[in-house]
Amino acid sequence: MKKRSWGFLVGGLLVALLLAGVVSNFASSHPDGLDSSLREGCTFDAEDNITGGNCPAQQEKEHEIGGPLADYGIAGVDNDFLSTGLSGVLGVLLTFAVAGGAFWLVRRRGTPAAEAEAPERAPAGRAS
Amino acid sequence: METLAMHISNGIINGPVAAVFAAIALAAMAFAVLRGRQDLDDRLAPMAGLVAAFIFAVQMLNFPIFTAGVSGHLLGGALAALLVGPWVGALCVAVVLVVQALVFGDGGVAMLGLNITNMAVLGTAVAYLLIAALLRVLPRTPAGLAVTAFVSALVSVVVAAMGFVLQYQLGGTTDLGGNLAGLAGTMAVSHLLIGIGEGLITATTVVTVAKVRPDLVYALRALKPAAPAPVPAVGGVR
Repeated sequence: MKKRSWGFLVGGLLVALLLAGVVSNFASSHPDGLDSSLREGCTFDAEDNITGGNCPAQQEKEHEIGGPLADYGIAGVDNDFLSTGLSGVLGVLLTFAVAGGAFWLVRRRGTPAAEAEAPERAPAGRAS
Repeated sequence: METLAMHISNGIINGPVAAVFAAIALAAMAFAVLRGRQDLDDRLAPMAGLVAAFIFAVQMLNFPIFTAGVSGHLLGGALAALLVGPWVGALCVAVVLVVQALVFGDGGVAMLGLNITNMAVLGTAVAYLLIAALLRVLPRTPAGLAVTAFVSALVSVVVAAMGFVLQYQLGGTTDLGGNLAGLAGTMAVSHLLIGIGEGLITATTVVTVAKVRPDLVYALRALKPAAPAPVPAVGGVR
């Protein structure tokens, strides 16, 4: 990969880390479009527990795993800002590693002869 | 208690229907890997990783929509399709959903197939069909690209939301008394508004990338205008 592409990659990652690590703390905490549609028909108390009515959200069951980063926070970190921000930073790095790693593994390696040789020859030819 | 569930949680759709969609999602992803490999070279692979990481980040940024008490967030299908193409794009969104389900407790693991079908498969497919159509008729200007991104993103969000409504009709766990129209209505209206936000984010991001590195926008590379150079070369006329 060319140097300029590395610059773009690093710049893009920094933007993503900033968004997930800092800006995420200013996100709306209201339920999203899906969640709010599923809550339609029920009433809720101040703690957000269902107090009555009939709605799809009543059937909601526990998550199978949960885990220390569940709900975009870090278990044991009391500071909300840090908890959300750090979980976001970890999520960005993990997603980049998993997606980038998987894509790198399945990428097309210049198997056809023309493709394998073309990138090697072109610059050499131009230089001479 | 504040829970941040963005995707379909466990218990919302019954097991058999979730299993059917898991099979559909798995088949679609396998096909996307086969087709996407042709696009994935040494340069696109890390970029696709970045696109997935960026979608993860922006999905955390719930924005308010005009309806009181409801927020929305990026789904990312149109953005991914524009930047890395439909096949790799669908895989990017799917990786984000897998990481969210396995590590962040967001979206049931048993519901993963439903979520992937709606957002990674439907959302990306609809977006790319629109992108392909619009980029051929609209001028190759930042405005043309912005309109393409906005429209494809907005429509893809609404279609993904309707995907959920279909799944709920097939396997919803609460008897809504035959009143699925109510759920369809609230989903459609809220996701039309979320789609506007998705459209603005997608257009801003893609136009920015196109300004810095137009060669990194897959849709601009892959989709040539319908009429190649109908206007005589601007510089040559004078």
